[in-house]
Amino acid sequence: MDMLIKAIVFLPLIGALIAGFAGNSIGAKASEYVTSGLMVLVALFSWIVFNGVAFGHEEEALVIPVLNWIQSGNLDVQWALRVDTLTAVMFVVVNTVSSLVHIYSIGYMHHDPHRPRFFAYLSLFTFAMLMLVTSDNLLQMFFGWEGVGLASYLLIGFWYKKPSASAAAMKAFIVNRVGDFGFALGIFGVFVLFGSINMETIFAAAPTFLPAEGAESAAAMVNFFGMNLDAEGALNVVCLLLFMGAMGKSAQFLLHTWLPDAMEGPTPVSALIHAATMVTAGVFLVARMSPLFELAHTALLVVTIIGAITAFFAATVGLVQNDIKRVIAYSTCSQLGYMFVALGVGAYGAAIFHLFTHAFFKALLFLGAGSVIHAVSDEQDMRHMGGLRKHIPVTYWMMMIGTLALTGVGIPFTAIGTAGFFSKDAIIESSYAAHSAASGFAFALLVIAALFTSFYSWRLTFMTFHGKPRASADVMHHVHESPMVMLVPLFILGFGALLAGFVFHDFFFGEEYSEFWKSALFTLPDNEIIHHVHEVPAWVKLSPFVAMLLGLVIAWYMYIVSPQTPKRLASQYHLLYNFLLNKWYFDEIYDFLFVRSAKWLGRFLWKQGDGRVIDGYGPNGVAARVMDITGRVVRLQTGYLYHYAFAMLIGIAALVTWMMLGSAL
Amino acid sequence: MSEWPILSLVTFLPLVGVLALLLTGDKTASDRRNVLSVSLFVTLATFALSLLIWVDFDNANPGFQMMEKHAWLNTGISYAVGVDGISMLFVILTTFLMPFCVLASWFAVEKRIKEYMIAFLILETLMIGVFVSLDIVLFYVFFEAGLIPMFIIIGVWGGKDRVYASYKFFLYTLLGSVLMLLAIMAMYWDAGTTSIPDLLQHPFPVQMQTWLWLAFFASFAVKMPMWPVHTWLPDAHVQAPTAGSVILAGILLKLGGYGFIRFSLGMFPVASDYFAPFVFTLSVVAIIYTSLVAMMQEDIKKLIAYSSVAHMGYVTMGIFAANAQGVQGAIFQMLSHGIVSAALFLCVGVVYDRLHTREIDAYGGLVNNMPKYAVAFMVFTMANVGLPGTSGFVGEFLTLLGAFEANTYVALFATTGVILSAAYALWLYRRVIWGALEKEKLKALLDLSAREKLILYPLAAATIFFGVYPAPVFDATAASVDLLLKNYTTAIEAAQNVALTMN
Repeated sequence: MDMLIKAIVFLPLIGALIAGFAGNSIGAKASEYVTSGLMVLVALFSWIVFNGVAFGHEEEALVIPVLNWIQSGNLDVQWALRVDTLTAVMFVVVNTVSSLVHIYSIGYMHHDPHRPRFFAYLSLFTFAMLMLVTSDNLLQMFFGWEGVGLASYLLIGFWYKKPSASAAAMKAFIVNRVGDFGFALGIFGVFVLFGSINMETIFAAAPTFLPAEGAESAAAMVNFFGMNLDAEGALNVVCLLLFMGAMGKSAQFLLHTWLPDAMEGPTPVSALIHAATMVTAGVFLVARMSPLFELAHTALLVVTIIGAITAFFAATVGLVQNDIKRVIAYSTCSQLGYMFVALGVGAYGAAIFHLFTHAFFKALLFLGAGSVIHAVSDEQDMRHMGGLRKHIPVTYWMMMIGTLALTGVGIPFTAIGTAGFFSKDAIIESSYAAHSAASGFAFALLVIAALFTSFYSWRLTFMTFHGKPRASADVMHHVHESPMVMLVPLFILGFGALLAGFVFHDFFFGEEYSEFWKSALFTLPDNEIIHHVHEVPAWVKLSPFVAMLLGLVIAWYMYIVSPQTPKRLASQYHLLYNFLLNKWYFDEIYDFLFVRSAKWLGRFLWKQGDGRVIDGYGPNGVAARVMDITGRVVRLQTGYLYHYAFAMLIGIAALVTWMMLGSAL
Repeated sequence: MSEWPILSLVTFLPLVGVLALLLTGDKTASDRRNVLSVSLFVTLATFALSLLIWVDFDNANPGFQMMEKHAWLNTGISYAVGVDGISMLFVILTTFLMPFCVLASWFAVEKRIKEYMIAFLILETLMIGVFVSLDIVLFYVFFEAGLIPMFIIIGVWGGKDRVYASYKFFLYTLLGSVLMLLAIMAMYWDAGTTSIPDLLQHPFPVQMQTWLWLAFFASFAVKMPMWPVHTWLPDAHVQAPTAGSVILAGILLKLGGYGFIRFSLGMFPVASDYFAPFVFTLSVVAIIYTSLVAMMQEDIKKLIAYSSVAHMGYVTMGIFAANAQGVQGAIFQMLSHGIVSAALFLCVGVVYDRLHTREIDAYGGLVNNMPKYAVAFMVFTMANVGLPGTSGFVGEFLTLLGAFEANTYVALFATTGVILSAAYALWLYRRVIWGALEKEKLKALLDLSAREKLILYPLAAATIFFGVYPAPVFDATAASVDLLLKNYTTAIEAAQNVALTMN
C-alpha cells in the first residue's frame, strides 16, 4: 500500500518533469503518451487504494513520512502522505478525471505546437493536487494549494500571446492570493492555539479543546487582532480565516471573479482544474478540518450563508451568459456553493458526495463543450451555434447526460436517478433539516438556484444543439464529430454521471456512512443530520424536482417554442438583464476599489512619499543646504569618497589612540 | 583541522587573487582573459574552501567555532575571528555568489576589467570579514571599509546617474557610521573589552542599552534598508553594474540584518524588546508601502530593488519577534533573498546585455524566442512571490508565524504582502515575458548562452532545493539561535524583576 500511494503521488511529477524538460527532445507524441500513460496507471492505482481504504477496516489514517521539511523551535513539519477515506475519494476524483483529460487533450490539442509544455503543466497540476489531498499538516496543504494555483496560472496563461489570457492568469493568481492571505493567518492561528499544525495533533486535541459544558465559563485565552477571545471565539476566528482561503480557491461569492475569466485557458484545463478538482479544494479543506469547524458554530453559519449566496448569485448570472464555457463556469461556481451549504450545516458527507458526482458530470459538460467548440471552428458564443444535434450526435447525447445529471433528473421517492439527483437533493434536504440559523435561508436559495440551474442548462442545450443553425455556412460546412480519443473520455464520464449517485449514495451519505468514512470526517455526537434528512416532509423532497421541471419547461418555451421571448424580456427588463449580464458589476467595482486605487496609491507613494518627502528633505535637501552654505558648486564627483575614507580612518585612529591611552592607564 | 586557520584563509584568499591580478597586464585581449580566469579561479577556490567551514561546523555547538585570536598592538583590540550558526551560512552565501559575479561581468564590463575585479575581490574579503569578526573594532573596520569598493564599483562602472546614486548611498551611510563608532567607544568604556563573545555576556545598563541600540539601529537600518531610509537602494541598484547589484542585494543588505541579530538582539536585549513595536511598525510600513511602490515602477531593476526593501521588512519583523521561528525565519529569508534577488538581478542583466535598456515597456513577448530564459525567470519570480516549494516561501512563512506569535496585528498587516508581491511580480512577468513578440528590436534576441545557463541554472536549483529541503540551514542555525533567545529572555526577565523590585 505504501509504495502504491507513493506511486500515485509521484508518478505525475515524474511525468511532468519528463514532458517539461525532455519534451522537445523526445517529441510531442512521446510526451503525450508518457504523461497520459502514467496518469492511467495512477488512476488504476487510485481505485485500488480507494477500494482498500474506504472498504477496508483500518480505523486510523495511514501516514507515510517522506522527508523533513521545516523544523524551527516547536514547529515541526514533515513532508508526509496521509491517506484516509476522504483522501481516497479525492484520489479517485482527481486521477480519474485527470487521466481522462490527458487522453482527451491528445485529440483536442492536436494542432498546438506547445503540446509537451501543456502536458507537463497538466501533470504538474495533478501532482500538486495530490500533495494537497494527501497533506498531513496544514503547511503541506498550503504547498499543494499554491502549487495548484501555479499550475492553474500557467495553464490559464497557456496561450500567452493573447493579452486576455495573460490577464486572466494574473487575476486568478492574485485573487487566490487574497484567499491565501486568510489561509496563512488561519495556519498561524492554529499553531498558536494547538502548538502544532500537524493534523494528528490538532485532531487529537480538538475534542477536548472547548471547556466542557457546565464548567466554569472560559476566561479569555488568546488575543487575536485586538479581540480577547475564549476558546470558542478563537476557534471561530481561525476557522473563518481558513474558510477565507477556501473561498478564494473555490471561487465563492466576493472572491469568485477569477473563475469565469479562467475560461481563457484551453477547455480541457477548464474541465480538470476549474470544474472537477482544484476548485473543490476549498470544500476539501473544510471537510478535512471538520474536527475544528464542527466546534465553531459561527464559522459554520458563515460558511452556510456564503455558500447559499454563491449558489444563488452564480446561477442568476448563468441565466444570461452567451459564452458556452462561461455558462458552465458559473454553474460550477453555483454548485460549489451547494457544497459549502452542506458543509455549513454539518452534512460533510453530502458535500463530498456532491464533490464526487459533480466532478464526473461537470467534467463531462466541459469536455462536451470542448467537443462542440472543436466542431464549430473555435466558436464559443452560443448565439452563433444552434442546430448542431444532427451533426455531432455523440457529443449531443453526452452533453445530454451531463445536463440530466447536473439538473438532478430522477424519480422522486425512489433510488432511481442520475448523479445529481442523489447528491444535490441530499444537500437541499440537509439544508432544510439542519438546526442552523441560516437553514431556511439556505434552503430557499438552493431551491431557487436549482430552478435556475435547470433553466440555464437546458438553455445551453437548446441554444447549442436545437433550432436552426446560426453559424455561417462556411463553419457549418466544417462541423465534424470529434475523434475517438476525445469521445472515449466522454463515454467514461457519462457512465459515471449516470451511475455514481446510484452506486455510492449509501456510502457517502446514507446507511454505510460511518463504516465508509471511519475517522475521516468528524461530527459531534449531537450532529444527527444524516438521520434528520430522512424525516423531512414530502414537499421538501419534491421541491428540487419541481424546480428542475419548471426550469426545463421555461427554457423549452423560451428557446424552442417562442424564441422571440428572451429578446423581448431582455429589452423590457434591460436594467436587470444588464445587471446579470455584467455579473452584478463585480469586476467594475473591484477594478475601481482595488486595482485603480492600489495603482494610484503606489504612484502617489513613489512620487510624493519617496520622491518629494524622503528624498526632498533627506539627501537632496541636504545637498541643497550644502550648496547654499558654501555658496559655490561643490564638486561631488569623487571628492566625497576620499572624505569618507578619510573620516573613517581618522575615527579609527582616534579610537585606537584613545584605547591605547586607556589601557596604559 | 582545528589548528588550521580556515576562517582567515577563506577571508584573505581573495587578496591573493588581488596580488595575482596586480601582476597581470590589462592591455590585450589575452590579458583580459587572464584577468577573468584568475578571478574566476580565485572565487571558486574560495567557495570550495569555505565549504570546508560548513563541513567542519558542529551543529550542536551553539557557541563560536574555529576561533582564532591574535592581540593587536597591546590595545585590548585583537584580531579575533570565529563563526557560529548565525554567521556561518552568510560566509558561504558570500563565497557562493562571487563566482556568479565574475561570470556576469565576463562581457558586460568593457573598461578597466582588472581594477573592476580587484575591487570585487577586495569586497569579498571585507564582506567575509564582517561575518567572521569576533572583535567589535575589527567588525567596524570590515563593515565600513566594505562600502568603499562598493562606492567605487557604482561610481566608476555604473550607469549615467552613478554620481547621484553613490552620493545618496554615501550620505545615508555616513550618519549611521558615525553613531555606530561612538556607540562602540561607549561599549568599550562600559565593558572594558572589544571582544564580541565577551560583550555578548556583558549586561549593559538599561538606560545605556537604549542609546546604544539607537546608534546601532541608525547604521543597520540604512544597510537593510528599512523604510524610510531606503531611497538610496533603488538608485544604487539602477546605476550599479549587474554584478554590483548582485553583491548589493545578495550580501550588503544582509549586513544590517546580521548586525541586528548579533548586536541589537544579542547585546541590548532590553532595548530590543522596548523598541520592538517601533521596528514592527517600520517593517509593516516597508512591506506594504514599498510593495505598492514596486508595482508602479517602470524600470525593471528599480522594481526588484523595491521588492528587496519589502522582503527585508519581513527580516526585521522576524528578528524583533524574538522567537525561534522569527529569528530562524529571518536568517533563512536573508539567505534565500541573497540567492533569489541576486538571480533576479542576473536575469535583468541577461536582457540588459542584449538591449541596453531596463525599461519594462521596451520588452514584451520574450518567451517566444527566449523560452529557457522565461523558465528561469519564472522560477525566480515565483520564489520572489513566496511560492511554497521555493526558498522564498520558507523564510516568509516563518517570519510571519513568528510575528503572529508576538503580535497578531503585525502579522495581519504584513501578510497582505503576499498579495502585493504577487501583484507586482506577476505583472512584471506578464509585461516582460508574455504577450506576442511585436517589437522589432526584440525579434533578434537569442536565448540563454552557455555562460548564462551556467549562471542561472545553479541558482534555480538552489532556490528549489532549499524550498523543499531547508533542513541543512535550520540544523546549522538552531543551536545558536536557541542560545541567543535564551539569553534574550533571561535578560528581559531579569530587567522586569529589577523594575518590579524598584517599584
